[in-house]
Parts: sequence; structure tokens; C-alpha cells
Amino acid sequence: MTWLRDHFVDVLSLAGQHAYLAGVPLVLGLLIALPLGWLASRNKVLYPFLIMGTGLLYTIPSLALFIMLPLLLPFKILDPNNVLVAMTIYTVALLVRTVADGLGAVPDAVNQSATAMGYKRLRRFMSVELPLAVPVISAGLRVAAVSNVSIVSVATLIGVSQLGSLFTDGFSRAFLDPIIVGVVACVLLALLFDVAILLVTRLVTPWQRAGSPAA
Amino acid sequence: MIRFDAVSKQFPDGTKAVDELTLEAPTGKITVLVGPSGCGKTTSLRMINRMITPTDGRIWIDDQDTAEMDEAQLRRGIGYVIQHAGLFPHRTIVANIATVPMLLGWGRRKAESRALELLERVGLPASYAKRYPAQLSGGQQQRVGVARALAADPPIMLMDEPFSAVDPIVREQLQDEFLRLQGDLGKTIVFVTHDIEEAIKLGDQIAVLRGSGNLAQLSDPAQLLAHPVDDFVADFVGKDRGYRALSFQQSPQFPLSRESSVPLGATPEQAAAAARDGWVLVLDADRRPLGWIEPDRITAPVRSEMLARGGTVATAGGPLRNALDAALSSPSRRGVIVDDQGALLGTVRAYEVLAEIEERARPELDEADLERAGLRPVEETPE
Amino acid sequence: MINRIIAWLADVAHWQGDDGILRRLVEHMEYATTALVIAALIAIPLGLYIGHTGKGRFLVVNAVGAARAIPSLGLLYLAFFWLAPRLSGEVAFLAPAGLVLVVLAIPPILSGAYAGVEGVEPAARDAAVGMGMRGTEVMRHVELPCALPLILSGIRSAMLQVIATATIAAVLGLGGLGRFLIDGLASQDFPQTASGAILVAVLALAVDMAFALVQRSVVSPGLTGRYGKVSL
Repeated sequence: MTWLRDHFVDVLSLAGQHAYLAGVPLVLGLLIALPLGWLASRNKVLYPFLIMGTGLLYTIPSLALFIMLPLLLPFKILDPNNVLVAMTIYTVALLVRTVADGLGAVPDAVNQSATAMGYKRLRRFMSVELPLAVPVISAGLRVAAVSNVSIVSVATLIGVSQLGSLFTDGFSRAFLDPIIVGVVACVLLALLFDVAILLVTRLVTPWQRAGSPAA
Repeated sequence: MIRFDAVSKQFPDGTKAVDELTLEAPTGKITVLVGPSGCGKTTSLRMINRMITPTDGRIWIDDQDTAEMDEAQLRRGIGYVIQHAGLFPHRTIVANIATVPMLLGWGRRKAESRALELLERVGLPASYAKRYPAQLSGGQQQRVGVARALAADPPIMLMDEPFSAVDPIVREQLQDEFLRLQGDLGKTIVFVTHDIEEAIKLGDQIAVLRGSGNLAQLSDPAQLLAHPVDDFVADFVGKDRGYRALSFQQSPQFPLSRESSVPLGATPEQAAAAARDGWVLVLDADRRPLGWIEPDRITAPVRSEMLARGGTVATAGGPLRNALDAALSSPSRRGVIVDDQGALLGTVRAYEVLAEIEERARPELDEADLERAGLRPVEETPE
Repeated sequence: MINRIIAWLADVAHWQGDDGILRRLVEHMEYATTALVIAALIAIPLGLYIGHTGKGRFLVVNAVGAARAIPSLGLLYLAFFWLAPRLSGEVAFLAPAGLVLVVLAIPPILSGAYAGVEGVEPAARDAAVGMGMRGTEVMRHVELPCALPLILSGIRSAMLQVIATATIAAVLGLGGLGRFLIDGLASQDFPQTASGAILVAVLALAVDMAFALVQRSVVSPGLTGRYGKVSL
């Protein structure tokens, strides 16, 4: 693996670009999915429409979405922003359902007692419902993170550079090393995202770690 | 007849769930296994149809050793009802009930007509046949569970807390209908429950189990209430034992007092003329009691809302407990006794019921119990 | 730009012939269904077995996680370098792509079948055994039909995965609709690229909706809650 030693800095910079393209959409997607998911969990009429609509977005193959977005957006075809938007769309598509189901799983008794104690709607959402839904939402976010990292690599086909560039580079030169490094780096990055989300989740949900009372 | 012969079950982790249980469940009777959780009652039940294999001992059905029978064949000949009914969610009610007949190769038409017959038998309308389990309430699902277990007309039924997951009112309905059904069918039933009230109500014979399948006492309900063999059983059977035991003693022909009565719509004057000690009973057109009224307190003709309704009504020849309760709960202190059609026969006072109770001998101790407790039998002195 | 795409799509010549849209569409579906059938033949029995016995649960969890993390493009190239030198002719292109399609289709189906069987209500399974069903009868009469919704969802997401990956697999010279995207990008023919993208998206949506309809018609209404209106 002398190739890796010689190109370590390049790989690191590609990984940074990759993390940016996969990570920013994760945050944006979560911010968009929270209100949509809340709406879906509140409104039985809207629920199927929101779930189905976002579900349909998820069915569009990534390469096709990357190529179609410049038709709808003011970006040029090689603009990395297309990838950011596409990945945000996938994240939203995955998370709306998770957020809705997570909020829906908050026990009714908890919501009612919160209301009875005088919480107003927004306050109750922020300090009671959302924290309790965190474990479910976090599980969805982990899925989104890992698949984002994997999907972003396809963007090399439309000329956006990130770890996937190593694949096309290796293939065009019939050289296996960059491809292997690229795949491993992708998997490691996905793992890194996964662990990061897991740690944050543990940090904000201390009650999940509390054991059951001593028998 | 089902016979446990020194049956033990030790689980791989070392816990002994059942320890040398010897027990007989007589043909055509309901044997209830009752005890606190973890007493091995469900394990014992599930060893009968070999859902759990005993580590030691034998279980006989009539004269056949169950260990030597084909598992599936054995189970197809035994009805099995469990707590949450366990209906197949993807099958209609009628298909659920027809499961065992279909397994036995009856053919669809015959299996379905049998299923429809059973649906009616357990008190569900035929219109439910094509519904799915999710469309039924818990109590209704449990009825279907019973129907499904009865479908192939097995001589034996195993029931594991079948009525525990439904609310108390539905549970009582299900129990009553279960007893009525058993009255018709006369199956050999082993019934598991943690609820001693249910055991006393349903059992012909009750086996109280304590930790790890130890048989603490095996007797009929009246005997169990009168003579719990030790502190554990006494504690488990609970309070009010003397009162509850009256459920198993039939009332005699009480010397009933005649009770004059008025119909709804009677004027205050008519009611006052009929009243005794300030109270008069109001009857409907079929002479069924509706409630008591105090004529002194009314100024208009008797209406339904005016009646005092606290009093219970006892059927002549029914349990002493009902007669005593009728007297104790009556606002006039006169307990209402009715015939089988519910029509008024007369009234009885609490002291009259108590006098009858004092006349009765308590159930005698079993010889085995006497010996165990180190007591000697008392010879009955001829009068 | 939109006009040029419409013009490209409206051109009858683009629809006909060996490299026309119709032929590519058929190819795409051939790849996808072949891979899906092979994957299903492997994954469904395996998933049912794991769900029924509880053995090898870790396999399912890890397979699904790993499959999600591995970039399909990289996997395609790796498979190509590994297999192509050992094969010749058209198979040298078909086999690596086919292998990757199958490998990526297995995890969702596997986890669907596993989760479906594992999710069968314990009381229903207990009752089935208690009534005297043998192992295969429990599987056929209870576990399989109850697991069907999740098995079909698994196949449905595998289908989408396969359609998407088959598009990318055009980089290896594979046919299918992906050709328009890859060739268009290579020759900077944007109308062709965009038309290909639209066709792929439409195909994915159409297949997904067709699958939803199939799912609706083969799953018992007792499980979906779609039992019409009844007065209770």
C-alpha cells in the first residue's frame, strides 16, 4: 500500500469533501424532517400523504436525481450543491417517517400529564415529546448517515470529487489500490458518522442508560 | 382422565419449575391449577400436551403414556386455549376456528359448517364469520379461541389463563358462559389461573401450587375454603373465607314471610296501605321485584326513579350466600327470594338465614389432613 | 434545456433499435428481475430459517448494516477487477455487475423475511404448535403468511436498490437505461443524460407503485387492516 502512503493527504482531503457532502444534508434534512414529521404525527389526514410523498422521493435512483436537479435548480450540472440538495432530499425522505413514528410512540399518559401540568404546545414538544422520541429519531438518523456516505460516492460520475473519485480514478487506470482505499475509507467514514450519532444520542438521553430498579 | 405421576421439570438453567407433581384430573370435570406466579402451574399444563417435555415422571391420558404418543397427534386431540387467544391474524374467524379440523383432513365444507356451529355456540353472531381477529374485542377474540379449541370436539381441554386479559365484567360473562358450555359438553378440563376467585368459581377440583410446582392442597372449593391445610394456602385463599364458603351450601326451604306489593304507578295511599315497617316492594307485571319504596316519602304515584335499588335478590334453593346477602343488602332488612323465573316468592330475615347456617356442619376434614395435622377424628354422637 | 430534452425524448429514432429506449428498458428490467429472483431464492429461505430458529441473528443485523455502508460504485469496480480477468466475452461484463446486484439485493430481503417471522405474535405461534401443527405446517400456515408484508417490503426495497445499481453498472459496459446517463455524460450530451435520468426515475416510480398494488392484493386484509367497513 505504498500508494496510500504517497497519496494520504489527497485521500484525507477527499474524505473531508465527502464528509461535508454527506454530513451537511444530514443536519439540513433533520431540521426539515422535524416539523414535517411532527405534522404527520399530529394529523391523521396528512400522515399518509407526507409518508407516501417523501417515500416516493426515496425511490428515485441517486444518479438520476443528481442529473435531474440542475433542471429544477439554478445550479450548473457539475455544481456540488446539486449533491447537497439531493442528499438532503434523501435524508428528509427517510426521516419524516421516523420522526412521525417516534413522536407517535411517546406514551399518551406522558403527553397528557405534561399538558395537565401546564405545558404549552411548543414547550411540550421541545421539552417532553422530542427528547422522548430521540432514540427512535436517532436510529433513523444513523441509517440516513450510513446510506448518505455510500450514495455520495456515486456523485463522482457527474464530476463532483470526493472519495468516489478514487473509484473512477482507479478504474480508468486499471489500478486496484485507489478503489480499495476508497471503499475502505467510505466504510470508515460511515462508521465514524454512526459512532458520532450514537455518542450524541447517549449524551442527550441519560435515562436510557439507567438500569431497572434493583429487584 | 389425566394423571401426573411424579412429574418433574427442570429447565436447562437449573430452575426446578415442577417437583414430583402427582395429580389426577378426573374425566368430565374442571381441574384448576392455581398459585402465585412462578409456581409452575403453566409449566404443568404445557407438559400435558408436551409443549414442554418433563424431565422426570410420566403423564397419562386414560391409559396411554403421553411420552409415547406422536406429539402432533396428541395435540390435535387436545383443545388448547391461551391468555391472548393467539388467533391467526391473517385468517378470518371461521378459518381460525376450522384450523384443527382442516389439519385432521376433514375437508373445507365440513370444517366450515362445524366452525359456524361453534361460533354460535360461544355466543357470537354468524355475521362475524368472515371478519378478521383485529376486528374483534379482546373478549370476543377469547370466545373464538374457545371455539377454535372445541372445533374437533376433543375430549380434553387445556386452558391457560384464558380470561385473565379481559376486563372484570367481560371476564364474569365469559366464566358464566364457559360453565354453561361445560354443563353441555362435559369435557375433561385443566384450567390454569392465578386468580383464586376464578378457581373457586370454576373448579370442580382445585390444586393449589406453591413455588416450583409443589402441590400444597388438592380439594374441592368448599373444602378448600373450610380447611386450608396450612398458612400458605389460607393466605392464598384470602379473607372472607367463611362467607365465601356459603356459596357452596344450598339454601333450604326457608319459612318465607308473605310480602305484599304494589305495581309501578300505585298512589302513595295504595303504597302506604301495603307497606310493612315503612317499606313496600314494587313488582313488574310478571311479579318480578323492581325495588323497595318508602310510601311516607312519596307524594306522587310510584315511578321507577323513586325505587331503592341496593338490594340483591336470591333464588330459592340457591346458595346460602345469596340468601344472606339478599337479607343484608335489603333496605327493609327483608331479603327477597324469587323462583326460577324471577317472580317473588317471599322474604327472609338475616337471623333466619344465620339460624340455618348454625344448623349446618362444616365440611369434615379429609383423613389425610387429619393425620398430617396430628388430630384424631371425632366420632359422631347419635342424637 | 427542457425543450431539448423533450425533443430528444420525442425523437422516434431514440426509441427504436438495439440501443433504443425500449430495448434498454427491457434490458434494465431483465437485469433487475434476474438479480432479484436469485437474491430472493437465497434470502427468503435463509431469512425464514433464521427467524424460525433464532440462529444467526447477528448475521442479518450485520449484513444489512454492511450492505448499506459499502458504496455500490466501488463494489462494482472491485467485482470487475476480480472477475473480468477470469472470464471472457460478454460474460466478463455481465457477471461482475450481476454479482453486485445480487449481493446488494440480498440484505433487505433477508432482513424482511427474518423480521417478518420473528415478529409473528408469540401467542399465535404457541397456539399453532399447541393445536398440533408440525414445524413445516407452522411455517406454511402461520409464519409465512404473517411475515408476508415484511418479506414483500424487503423485496420492494431490494428492487429499488437493484434498479439504481443497474443504472450505475453501465460504467462497466452493461446495457440498460444507465447507458443513456453514462454515455451522455461521457459525450457531454446533456439532453440524452437528462432523458435517461428521467426514464430511470419514472421506471423506479412505476415499478414501486406496481409493487405496492401487488402487496395490497396478496397480503391478508387481517394483517393490513384493509377489511372494508363493518359495523361493530
